Amino acid sequence: MAQRALAISAGLVLAALTLGPIIAVFYRAGGVSAFRPGDLEALQFTVWQAVLSGLFSVLLAIPVARALARRQFPGRGILISLMGAPFILPVIVAVMGLISVFGQNGLLNAGLATFGSPKLDVYGLHGVVLAHVFFNLPLATRMLLQAWLAIPGERFRLAASLGLSPRARFLTLEWPLIRRIAPGAFAVIFVICLTSFAVALTLGGGPRATTVELAIYQAMRFDFDLARAATLAMLQLGLAVVAGIIALRLAPAQGFGVGRDRPVSTWSNGAAWARIMDATWVLAAAAFLLVPLAMVISKGIPGLLDGAGQGTWQAAKHSLQVALASTALCLLWALPLANRRGELLSVAAIAMSPLVLGTGLFLILRPFVNPFSMALPVTTVVNAMMALPFALRILRPEAETLEQDFGRLRQTLRMSGWAWLRLVWLPRLRRPMGFAAGLTAALAMGDLGVIALFADPDRATLPLQVYRLMGAYQMEAAAGAALLLLLLSFGLFWLFDRGGRIHAER
Amino acid sequence: MLSVENMVVPMDSSDLSGTLTLAPGRRVAVLGPSGAGKSTFLDALAGFRGLKVGQIRWSGEDLTSLPPDQRPVSILFQDSNLFPHLSIFRNLTLALRPGGRAASPQDRLRIEGALKRVGLEGMGDRKPGSLSGGQQSRAALARVMLQARPIILLDEPFSALGPALKAEMLALVKEVAGNVGALVIMVTHDPADASSFAEDVVLVAENKVHLPVATAAFFANPPEAYREYVGVAAEK
Repeated sequence: MAQRALAISAGLVLAALTLGPIIAVFYRAGGVSAFRPGDLEALQFTVWQAVLSGLFSVLLAIPVARALARRQFPGRGILISLMGAPFILPVIVAVMGLISVFGQNGLLNAGLATFGSPKLDVYGLHGVVLAHVFFNLPLATRMLLQAWLAIPGERFRLAASLGLSPRARFLTLEWPLIRRIAPGAFAVIFVICLTSFAVALTLGGGPRATTVELAIYQAMRFDFDLARAATLAMLQLGLAVVAGIIALRLAPAQGFGVGRDRPVSTWSNGAAWARIMDATWVLAAAAFLLVPLAMVISKGIPGLLDGAGQGTWQAAKHSLQVALASTALCLLWALPLANRRGELLSVAAIAMSPLVLGTGLFLILRPFVNPFSMALPVTTVVNAMMALPFALRILRPEAETLEQDFGRLRQTLRMSGWAWLRLVWLPRLRRPMGFAAGLTAALAMGDLGVIALFADPDRATLPLQVYRLMGAYQMEAAAGAALLLLLLSFGLFWLFDRGGRIHAER
Repeated sequence: MLSVENMVVPMDSSDLSGTLTLAPGRRVAVLGPSGAGKSTFLDALAGFRGLKVGQIRWSGEDLTSLPPDQRPVSILFQDSNLFPHLSIFRNLTLALRPGGRAASPQDRLRIEGALKRVGLEGMGDRKPGSLSGGQQSRAALARVMLQARPIILLDEPFSALGPALKAEMLALVKEVAGNVGALVIMVTHDPADASSFAEDVVLVAENKVHLPVATAAFFANPPEAYREYVGVAAEK
């Protein structure tokens, strides 16, 4: 009984935190008439960049996944694991890395200059798409790779024994698979990119490259026009609902999986040129992912060694506090909600963007306190909400298995809820809890979303601090802070995940 | 007296029905073809499955709508009778202290006594995984012993053991149940188990829980439904 009450109240709090801000936004918004001409452009840009990002991510992922599926080479396993890393990589760190490769003074332009070509500019639509592909190419690759590896090896052998030409083999084996997986992968990435704020903030901007989310931020921060921010939030909400419906229709059954490390039979992929092509794709993808990260590290070391500024350390402290508090809150929430209904509820909660939530919370808090003083608590709560679906995705199957295996024993023993939690649930779910905590901590650590709405100079988090240093052209300090952020994010993930594994009961 | 009145339990394909009474302290075997509903019957008694119609009473008290953890029943499952990450001692403490508190000195004595009775003296610190299958069954029996409830249900808990070990476990169950004076209801596939262990046999076949029959009489003159199920196999 007590457990049920706990689950219901956890669900109610989550629902209130979702619906409350929406109601506040609706209440404050000026209605449809309040839209300005620029808003339509923002809407167009938002959709267009998401379409392009999804398209390029999936198209490029096809040859990469194909190469990874049918070739075996040293480092293949590591590369596949690394494809999971962008999920917990702070956006601002990736942006720093991409700028140092593709930016004004980046590697690429340095290379082009030797041939006397004109310089490329990373800001604008192509920069936004580039960053989105950086984050989502690995996701699409993993989704495709998983499906590829699920093709029974016998089919490939059959194809070989029939002597199918490469073209015939592609049409009978690989094309059906691509047609099955690619639309879902595209839909997932499209939806992710619709609500991506930090990328647009750092690489977009200007009337020609403003997303709706960015427009909300600008209305709040620059014009302090709350009614307009609320109207835009409504627009974003409508967009999210439509996108959600599209994604539900197209998304594959399991969109968030881990590729198994089993190469498809490698003996039938003879032709030398095919091997060269595969190697080129793998090398290009690896370089695209790893060179920017290597640049962050190599450029960050001097910045960090020279001594990061007072502001950076202060921001790092804030970020650690936020990350740890978000993790605790998220796990507390996840505990009673680790069931089907809870997972649906949590997904509904992130269907709206953090910026919309942030706007709503700002409107709710304003009559009572100075919202800016609430920057860190609000960021903590929103981050916990955003990580909750991932935490539940990890915990729910394990929790349900536990209930299936031992629920009856629990009942015949008449175990109390507290004893069950302390003696069985927590010890047996340590591994997935550690993994979920690691993800939550890393996501909260790297988040640059709602904090941008609320923060004043005294209450920056580390990602915001990096952004500010970049804005102030203190590139060395920014690189140092970005490296610190990278280390803290991955470090927190590693610590929690490892903590869950050590002495884990199996 | 355990009385089952006009019971109808929903199953996957059809319903299982039955009316019968079983006396305290008896040892009853539940026999029948697989899929006929032997485990469903046990689940209904334990409260893991609700009744569509009918009532289950124990010495006058209506159990029908009680949840499993409030029924005077302890049950041994086919597997997962012990938490694998807890020591045997901790597992047994839970039988006495379901709130999760540590064992009191008296509890300790009782647990050690139970371990001795099932031949696991000094193994309290071991985890279930480090014990053999037979030892795990013994530890689970010790749990049932400590629970000391008037009805003990056995859902083929020893089916993975060899014949000699199984006979040994059944003898132990007989002893434990005799001490507590408990009614034991055991699901089994094996007629030999039934004739060596049980005083009565309840046949579950054709969507029906039949009336209990004294074991000797049951095997001397098996009912039609049972002959069909065993007979076909025997002719082969």
